[in-house]
Amino acid sequence: MSHTETPALQQKAVQQKTVVEFSGVAKRYGSHLALTEFDLTLQAGELVALLGPSGSGKTTALRVLAGLESCDDGRILINGDDVSGLPTSRRDMGMVFQSYSLFPHLSAGENVEFGLRMRRVPSIERRERAAAALALVGLDAHYGRFAHELSGGQQQRVALARALVTRPRVLLLDEPLSALDAKVRVQLRDQIRRIQTELGITTLFVTHDQDEALAVADRVAVMRDGRIEQVGTPEELYTRPATPFIADFVGLSNRLPGVVRHGFAEVHGVVLPLLDPSHADGPVRVFVRPEDLTLATAGTSPAGTSLAGTVLLSSFLGSLRRTSVQLDQGGTVVVQHDVRDRPMVGAAVLVRFAGAPVPVEAAI
Amino acid sequence: MTAGIRSVRGVAHAPGRATRLLILGAVGLVFAVPILAMIEFTLRRGLVGGYDFQRWIELFQNGLTGEYAPVLVALANSVGLAVGTVVIVLVLLVPTMLLVHIRFPRLRRTLEILCILPISIPAIVLVVGLAPVFSGLARFVGSGVWTLAFAYGITVLPFAYRAIQSNLDGVDVRTLSEAARSLGAGWLSVLLRVLVPNLRRGILAGAFIAVAVVLGEFTIASLLSRVNLQTALVVVSKNDPYSAVILSLLALFVAFLLLLAIGRLGTERRRPARADPTTPTTPTSGGVQS
Repeated sequence: MSHTETPALQQKAVQQKTVVEFSGVAKRYGSHLALTEFDLTLQAGELVALLGPSGSGKTTALRVLAGLESCDDGRILINGDDVSGLPTSRRDMGMVFQSYSLFPHLSAGENVEFGLRMRRVPSIERRERAAAALALVGLDAHYGRFAHELSGGQQQRVALARALVTRPRVLLLDEPLSALDAKVRVQLRDQIRRIQTELGITTLFVTHDQDEALAVADRVAVMRDGRIEQVGTPEELYTRPATPFIADFVGLSNRLPGVVRHGFAEVHGVVLPLLDPSHADGPVRVFVRPEDLTLATAGTSPAGTSLAGTVLLSSFLGSLRRTSVQLDQGGTVVVQHDVRDRPMVGAAVLVRFAGAPVPVEAAI
Repeated sequence: MTAGIRSVRGVAHAPGRATRLLILGAVGLVFAVPILAMIEFTLRRGLVGGYDFQRWIELFQNGLTGEYAPVLVALANSVGLAVGTVVIVLVLLVPTMLLVHIRFPRLRRTLEILCILPISIPAIVLVVGLAPVFSGLARFVGSGVWTLAFAYGITVLPFAYRAIQSNLDGVDVRTLSEAARSLGAGWLSVLLRVLVPNLRRGILAGAFIAVAVVLGEFTIASLLSRVNLQTALVVVSKNDPYSAVILSLLALFVAFLLLLAIGRLGTERRRPARADPTTPTTPTSGGVQS
């Protein structure tokens, strides 16, 4: 690296360094294939979220990286070194678990000191670093408290401090927010992201909550049946899902019956552009986001861009409203719209398509 | 509805105070009557009639010498056996249970059956099975009293297993051990620094129960011709039943103290929160209050 490079360029160079690399990793439990041909890289300072439904293999991937499970095939590289055969204790990783994992017989401070004690850090330095780590998560006043004296959110923050205090090469977060209530979950999620950005620590975050993944991750890897379906930025995943599964799993999607003809999808006469224009002609299921639909008063929309229907239900969701409409041609769609629009149940409406490119899957 | 047990719409609640006292009194009586009878027996003044502490005073004034000297040897044997049995429980049972719990959870049921099994085998049957083993063992390590610890290790297994398992069920040992390993701890550190401190109550309870069982054991020692406290007391009782009963009462008292200690362990409170050892600093981040 040239000495004349600006800090921004230097940071970019660091960002491009691969820290973690899964290469063709496979893991079996008896006849069940938990991971197969699993390939993923994490760049320095990046937060990658592994997102997927239960049983998709995301926690297995994290545990294999941590060394808590062995892999049956493939390699795991950290900073270019193959660590597949190393025990967990020698992989130099920090980990926060889904369940509360503070050692009950130790205070918060002693918990944070534990990793440093294992590394034979002198007592005074150990205490200073533990206190600093607790301050980082806003719990410096709780040094002497035991786990049973802390709330769930505080316990997970102490666990985060404990994982960070050893300055690990990689931070592993295994659904650390799932045991918390909704408000604390959002607060801690944002705190994790802020600390991760401040420290520039490479992080793998496992979650089944798409909101969490989209909110905190630089990139999201969506998993299904032990494989990665798509890796991309949250925006890419949401706006250009590679498969119908992604379209269905990430965010809400309406599934509508349609037909592909000459690179366009047609839903009850409404023609929509395809995300993949090369899709073969034939009957398909079309995935349309609720926010790509709008409601209009019957008779106001030009023909060919909207479908007529009747309002079934309208739900107030705080900052937005979702309305279910029974289409005259059959089927139901959910439309997301401004909270100030309050369609009456039973009212005749038009559902207008915004014309955003849509993913489709062949109808069986 | 049972008298004294209040229930609302079929949901049973805790028994009332009177019922509790009645149950406690009846159970207490079953235990207390023989003990009180033993005490009464030791306080008798023989043909003269009346009661005094003469026999207790004589026993301790003269010391356990002469005909009572074997009792001291037997007591030392029993204490040694108790220690040996506890070591067997700690060294074999605790790591095995942890290993099964963490790495081979499917074997939990098998281990439980194996550990509980000895409680259903009468001591006499156990001895018949163990006799050839002990005769073989004697050829290699001799026939010292301490070898009984192997047999006692089996007899205390159900009690020790239950005590440790109940503690194990309340602690997420798998997550704790994984957390410790991720922080750089090897298996020995995980065991000694994380798991054992969190299973302290169960382990101590198991150990105390083992001691209580060993101090009261007679059948196996007698049938395998070894001397322990109980066999020595039987010998003493043939010449001086009063002293034998006094010593039995003392052995019971020690066992009672051990059980009391177990009860205390169960209700022991955690250490109070300690002050921050470092100078408090201003949080560098917006704390999330939760």
